[in-house]
Amino acid sequence: MNADFTADELQFEIEVQEFLQNDFPAEYREKVDAGIRLSKDELVLWQKILYKKGWAAPNWPAEYGGTGWTATQKHIFATEMGLIGAPEPVPFGMKMVAPVIMAYGSDEQKQRFLPDILQSNVWWCQGYSEPNSGSDLASLKTSAVRDGDEYVVNGSKTWNTYGQYADWIFCLVRTDTGVKKQEGISFLLIDMKTPGITLKPIVLLDGHAEVNEVFFDDVRVPVSNLIGEENKGWTYAKVLLTHERTNISGVPRGKRRLAALKRLAGNTDDGFGNTMLANAAFRTKLAEVEIELQALEYSELRTLAALSVGKAPGPESSILKIVGTELAQEMDELFVDLAGYNCLPFVPEQFEDGFQGVAIGPGNTAAAALTYFNNRKLTIFGGSNEIQRNIISKAVLGL
Amino acid sequence: MDFSNTEEQQMLQESVQKFVQKSYDFDTRTKIIASEKGFSQENWDLFAELGWLTVPFKEEDGGFGGSAVDLAVMMEEFGKAMLVEPFIASAVLSGGVISEQGSAQQKAELLPKIMEGKLQLACAYAEQGSRFNLAHIKTSATVSGDTVVLNGGKTAVLNGPNAEILLVVARESGAATDSEGISVFMVDAASAGVTIQAFANVDGKKSAEIGLKDVSVPLTQRLGASGSALQALQDSVDRATLAVSAEAVGAMESLLHKTVEYSKTRKQFGTAIGTFQALQHRMADMFIECQLARSIVIMAAMKLDGGEDAIEKTKSVSAAKSRIGKAIQKVGQEAIQIHGGIGMTEELDVGHLFKSVTAAEIMFGNTDFHTQRFASL
Repeated sequence: MNADFTADELQFEIEVQEFLQNDFPAEYREKVDAGIRLSKDELVLWQKILYKKGWAAPNWPAEYGGTGWTATQKHIFATEMGLIGAPEPVPFGMKMVAPVIMAYGSDEQKQRFLPDILQSNVWWCQGYSEPNSGSDLASLKTSAVRDGDEYVVNGSKTWNTYGQYADWIFCLVRTDTGVKKQEGISFLLIDMKTPGITLKPIVLLDGHAEVNEVFFDDVRVPVSNLIGEENKGWTYAKVLLTHERTNISGVPRGKRRLAALKRLAGNTDDGFGNTMLANAAFRTKLAEVEIELQALEYSELRTLAALSVGKAPGPESSILKIVGTELAQEMDELFVDLAGYNCLPFVPEQFEDGFQGVAIGPGNTAAAALTYFNNRKLTIFGGSNEIQRNIISKAVLGL
Repeated sequence: MDFSNTEEQQMLQESVQKFVQKSYDFDTRTKIIASEKGFSQENWDLFAELGWLTVPFKEEDGGFGGSAVDLAVMMEEFGKAMLVEPFIASAVLSGGVISEQGSAQQKAELLPKIMEGKLQLACAYAEQGSRFNLAHIKTSATVSGDTVVLNGGKTAVLNGPNAEILLVVARESGAATDSEGISVFMVDAASAGVTIQAFANVDGKKSAEIGLKDVSVPLTQRLGASGSALQALQDSVDRATLAVSAEAVGAMESLLHKTVEYSKTRKQFGTAIGTFQALQHRMADMFIECQLARSIVIMAAMKLDGGEDAIEKTKSVSAAKSRIGKAIQKVGQEAIQIHGGIGMTEELDVGHLFKSVTAAEIMFGNTDFHTQRFASL
């Protein structure tokens, strides 16, 4: 048993580190450190830098322009990206719809959609959840009725992240109401410019509208935009969900945030002539988080080792999702703890790019509560942690 | 032994409940927060008319009696509806400091105005670097003849943007954390050298960062004797801490109620999610937390009103704040989780209750601070 990288892997690690040091724009790193949101243009530019290097799609096979990396190489890359704070690609195109197109799309669809995803020319968003279909996704009601060479789509989708920036949406739609709910669902690609689509932004607790409700009113979609077979969409969607659950532990980002917490604690007065790093209660909580992070890291490495000898990602990924998200939320609590009064002001605009006013509080401490609020989503989305626990109960424990 | 409300307390409670029902639904609250002042003057006038503003004050000051239990009964109802009017900042905290530290003449001049709703105050004590230690005061007060000059900066000044008079806590002598040498000065908010950066907190209440540069005040504006204000400040902050704790008990009660109701109506997998045992147990735990939070707030209120010594009173306030802090995390987070995505949205009140209790957890010292303070006393 060992957890060592091979010589080649170590060499690769150095190459990734050097690339990120030199090519991840310094001003982006400053923004990420200050808690300022990167704009769409900035995210696209960063993706293009990765594309130029040939690293835009670490999880894609080489035949589609991906890196063709081993599981360990992907892990090294994700780790270094997370440690430096470089944003991962917006997942909806690269990590969600692309694997489905590769697996089940026609050759025409592959040629039409994949290159633009790889180069970040086209942005995608997700049309899964509906107001009445959250954890019970298969109960979805948005309908697509065949009319000649077109489907006519009616209904609404919600929790649609970054729909305001998206060019295309991939949707689960109901094409048969007379069968078991999972068997009447199809996977449809829809151009966001199609008449009949409207977006309503949803403002979340941090004051930012990162999600939307999307309404479809007699939206006509060419049948050629259907992925695979009609009524097989649920099977395709499940494949997609397994992809969504890779790299979900967030260990690298966790390490980066832990280091930030330690730095911040060392700079935060306790009010009694010392810093918060010397505060026994805070130190204990910090240690607990660090220990949990180590347990999570080695759980991820064990999963990775299994993957690299060809085993498919199983329900074990539910462990990584549950622990990773709950640990991230514990860190949010520690940032709030350190910020104290400084995170009470609700001034979301000071974390938008181009803010001209006078920021409140030192550094980005005022962001702590906003992040704490926003990150409550982590245990809700991507299959809520309740659903993940159901998966472990059923698939692992056989209950 | 009797834990039921007195007739007077019941009337007070019903009067707040009636007001909330009639004039403080969630949409109205949202509009009040978006208004220029960030609170409703009309409501404030009504509070004065109904006598609510007298509740924190002793009879000898012309108040209702100053019972902590009365105050807690009222604050709990405020918390359920998330009232943003500056009751704690202006009446409980600032009014308390004047009542404890002011001369007879100062009290006679100011306290009636507060109780009549004609004067808005803010107590500027916290500073960058002081965290929750009330004795950590770096803002300097330099006396020269019959004037004093203030220099420094204050943070998290509740009601700062609307206060006509700021109670500025400043140091006349000693090192940054000495308990002696701290005075309170009444400063006209419009004085030269006072800068006010106004904003709303995550719970919708108005607050400010305040800068003081060579602010000149007549020495007669000092409350009480030179350098002797810390005890009065501590006692008033303790009372405000109890008030914010009781407010959080009310907000948690709303969170529990709304979560249970939602779980009965929200259907997934063909059934109400409230039928899932995994969620039932968590809501049962939320209920337990609400009960313990209420119990310890009642304990602290009774001890503040009773004959215990000063240390025992202070300890009980820290015990309450520490324990409700734990309850706040549990109840707030579970309420959002059980609601799912809809709980994360600005349009639903649940998320705002979560934000309100989160602010309450930090206000006047967070859970760790009060646990450690309890241990140190």
